[in-house]
Amino acid sequence: MSQETYNYRVVRQFAVMTVIWGIVGMLVGVIIAAQLAFPALNLDIPWLTYGRLRPLHTNAVIFAFGGSALFATSYYVVQRTCHTPLFAPALAGFTFWGWQLVIVLAAVTLPLGITSGKEYAELEWPIDLLIAVVWVSYAVVFFGTLVKRRVSHIYVANWFFGAFILTVALLHIVNSAAVPVTFWKSYSAYAGVQDAMVQWWYGHNAVGFFLTAGFLGMMYYFIPKQAERPVYSYRLSIVHFWALIFTYMWAGPHHLHYTALPDWAQSIGMLFSLVLLAPSWGGMINGIMTLSGAWHKLRSDPILKFLIVSLSFYGMSTFEGPMMSIKTVNALSHYTDWTVGHVHSGALGWVGLVSMGSIYFLVPKVYGLKQMYSTRLIELHFWIATVGIVLYIAAMWIAGVMQGLMWRAVNADGTLTYTFVESVKATYPYYMIRLLGGTLYLGGMFVMLYNVMKTIGQGNAVDAPVVKPAASPAFAHA
Amino acid sequence: MDILYLLVPLSVVLVLLIGALFWWSLSSGQFDDVEEAGRRILEDDD
Repeated sequence: MSQETYNYRVVRQFAVMTVIWGIVGMLVGVIIAAQLAFPALNLDIPWLTYGRLRPLHTNAVIFAFGGSALFATSYYVVQRTCHTPLFAPALAGFTFWGWQLVIVLAAVTLPLGITSGKEYAELEWPIDLLIAVVWVSYAVVFFGTLVKRRVSHIYVANWFFGAFILTVALLHIVNSAAVPVTFWKSYSAYAGVQDAMVQWWYGHNAVGFFLTAGFLGMMYYFIPKQAERPVYSYRLSIVHFWALIFTYMWAGPHHLHYTALPDWAQSIGMLFSLVLLAPSWGGMINGIMTLSGAWHKLRSDPILKFLIVSLSFYGMSTFEGPMMSIKTVNALSHYTDWTVGHVHSGALGWVGLVSMGSIYFLVPKVYGLKQMYSTRLIELHFWIATVGIVLYIAAMWIAGVMQGLMWRAVNADGTLTYTFVESVKATYPYYMIRLLGGTLYLGGMFVMLYNVMKTIGQGNAVDAPVVKPAASPAFAHA
Repeated sequence: MDILYLLVPLSVVLVLLIGALFWWSLSSGQFDDVEEAGRRILEDDD
């Protein structure tokens, strides 16, 4: 009788594409950062203008890089913690090819100027339909695997992955509702401020469930595994989960302060954003304290450095976010580069580093090896990336506060002290520093690609045999 | 703000759903031995 094995094939596919799409998405990011400093770099070609490449950058890093990382890790974690291979392996294979097709279609349509104009949901309706089909298949594979688990307890990481999958399905379907006019043009089903409300209900919950809950699932599995210690408090992780998903839904209106949205709705958005500080920091402390009693491991293990420093950035940006949602602070920060700095502190620092750390853990496992080809290169990647992030966000903080102060400065006679273009000119040095930071971060990804390719070259694509769950009365399947 | 007639009921349904799921997880013994649950992923022989 041949032994049952985990389905690592789809994990390998997504893990490799995480690195590839990371390079593509970050390269486009570096290009548009350069365009802001040197506008002539759009080369007078419409397809390469900032307005078209910017959504390509955001879609590529969030959905191609982040999405592939989430697929890879969730498929790996759900199989290992449920002690069973994936449910519906053919459908799992379809989610890989379907998701890649979505990404390629995005990379073609966005530069062509085909867009619905909704931030982080720019893709037009035929692609939206494909996304919905792939996502429902993902849900079937994931929850099907949970159902056929061989232990009764569902590990906390799976709760986070599950919430992420379900909520993103709901958000995508509601926000992308549109009336098609032609094959490549549609209009939103909602109008005016209603559309803005739906858009940011989607937009912020996408941050909350795609970029937070999903990656917290990663955090709760890979930090304990890499540190070889159970999570600091499993109890706290359960409280973290339920508190986060019960309170997240209504933070979205903070994107619409001082707009046509009713004042009370803005205030609710601000209130919920402030409440979110508690579960966010609970989770951060829980992750970091997992190292309690084993802090020395941080000195020698660069994968742990990735994972723990990602949590520090998670803590920073989940503090900064609620602060920026306060209306008086938002009056200064909104529409400035401070927002860009905040987003990248979360994206490069939290999402990026936790994904890289998890992929470094996972790649050797799914290629039948004990460790990556070179630990020194992981260390190098870590430092290049971290220096890059610090340069990036510090530059954007300073630029943002400066812009906010310049825009609101008024002379004694009530006229504006500065013209807009003066603030653009003053931002120039910070655009240069940001470009440098982004280039470093991208450079780190090339180091990662080399290391991953070398590792794959040493190993073989082997699917590990399914591990029988250890006998324990509390965990026997009911 | 007619859109709230869609978004608020949607959120209420979602919260009820989450509540039901929470109830199920409590009553089905998901949280009966949280110490062991955390340790368990380390005894995985990978």
